Amino acid sequence: MSVHRVMGIETEYGIAVPGYPTLNPTVSSAQIVTAYGQHVSPGGDRTGRWDYELESPLRDARGFDMSRADADPGQLTDDPSMANVILTNGARLYVDHAHPEYSSPEVTNPRDAVLWDRAGVEIMRRAMALAEALPGTHPIVLYKNNTDNKGASYGCHENYLMERRTPFADIVRHLVPFFITRQVFTGAGRLGVGQDGRRLDYQISQRADFFEVEVGLETTLKRPIINTRDEPHADPEQFRRLHVIVGDANLSDTATFLKMGTTALILAMLEAGQLDDLDLWPAHPVREMHAVSHDTTLGHRLVFANGRRATALEVQQELLARADVFAESSDPLTREVIEAWGAVLDDLAADPDRCADRVDWVAKLRLLEGFRERDGLAWDSPRLQLIDLQYADLRPQRGLAARLEGRGVLRRMFTDDEVARAMGCPPEDTRAYFRGECMRRFPGSIAAASWDSVVFDLPGRDALLRVPMPEPRRGTREHVGALLERSADAEALVAGLMRDAG
Amino acid sequence: MPQRESAEHRRAREVEETADDAPAAQQTNETLDADVDAILDEIDEVLEENAEDFVKSFVQKGGQ
Repeated sequence: MSVHRVMGIETEYGIAVPGYPTLNPTVSSAQIVTAYGQHVSPGGDRTGRWDYELESPLRDARGFDMSRADADPGQLTDDPSMANVILTNGARLYVDHAHPEYSSPEVTNPRDAVLWDRAGVEIMRRAMALAEALPGTHPIVLYKNNTDNKGASYGCHENYLMERRTPFADIVRHLVPFFITRQVFTGAGRLGVGQDGRRLDYQISQRADFFEVEVGLETTLKRPIINTRDEPHADPEQFRRLHVIVGDANLSDTATFLKMGTTALILAMLEAGQLDDLDLWPAHPVREMHAVSHDTTLGHRLVFANGRRATALEVQQELLARADVFAESSDPLTREVIEAWGAVLDDLAADPDRCADRVDWVAKLRLLEGFRERDGLAWDSPRLQLIDLQYADLRPQRGLAARLEGRGVLRRMFTDDEVARAMGCPPEDTRAYFRGECMRRFPGSIAAASWDSVVFDLPGRDALLRVPMPEPRRGTREHVGALLERSADAEALVAGLMRDAG
Repeated sequence: MPQRESAEHRRAREVEETADDAPAAQQTNETLDADVDAILDEIDEVLEENAEDFVKSFVQKGGQ
């Protein structure tokens, strides 16, 4: 087993217009999306349509099948909640629930997940600057966090492609204890306890207090630890898309890397039946989720249904030991995740402050403690609350995580150049390559697109032509790179696809 | 067959590596500690001016 699988991250960013708190956040979010959309595709009102068509046409062995879409080309709506851009890197930038959201392209490993998530951060930074230049707008500030500390939460969701045949009950049984305990390194830190942040204490996770049930379909209220949304955006017979909503939005690259990498390891072991004998079901999962987050000493001992007790670190060590046994030794990235996981657990056990270069809640706590000590501040000091908020501020000058990175205190995994490239280029080993390259090469010929389709509007044809992409690992550079290279226009591309599909 | 590296082995190897890297690691930690004061000073410069008002006015609509 390994860390390689199709995955992606979708992040809703906090949004504020300082000095103008009554402005409609949906409109501000649309300004962000539109400003970036116009920048990457000047005058291109065609590149932003999302294909909601739900038909699942037959596919051939290559994963392509041609079908005529019934969709009317339609008109662009002025509704700001519909602002939507499909980017040349294969990502989707749009407005969701009064927040701007970046959904990363599909990638095949945790390292790429970090890179294209990071590209999303830079895209949002760029969009802030571009929106500021629009006439009649006030500067908009975006935050990569998950709560306003006044009762509202917004998500950073992970998606993992899984084999359909894995029983859902097994997924629930093993992921609940894993999610509850992984907070010790995925937590982004929060000054405030309870959904409305009423009690001003520091806790590990931004998100934990917003979870109220174990399993369910909801994502906006009564949030469940395991979300049952099941839109695979792929062949449903073969795949399930695990939609993980418990995670914090991380500023630290390493935290995102660990979050995606360790979860991928657990899923691989789960699918292979390598966790079958483990019994880590907590007696009260939701309560334990909160308790682990509320204890920054990491001493809290969870109580399991079988009567056993263990700390979150002990549970994680147990899972790590499993992964260490079953992981493919020949795969460097899998070994890298295991080594990084072991190192962070060892350091957290010895002294959490050692993780201030990798773990967001520790990095933020170090700042808060520094100010408390220097200025004699109590936990209810507004200045400390501001530090909590401003840690996630995306403005390079104001953002505290950005400042820590600038000083080399918080580790980075990629150079500016690598991130800049990922803002415009798709991953080459998933269908995001086909989507992104089509947007880059033929934006005027794309009527709409979605995770599993690109809809072409070709001259001389009355109907739109929909290319379904039910296979996330098809449409790669290896698969369609040569055809894209020799296609002078979208008509040639479509003709080539049809010829290849026979 | 997967190559098993037991936790014990891993720790032993890490101790060895840590020993090798000790001077560098220690130096890094000291640098980090010394940096904290400088970081706080730097942050003083960039924090929003009226902390209480700024935090109060950060109100979001719920998302997913």
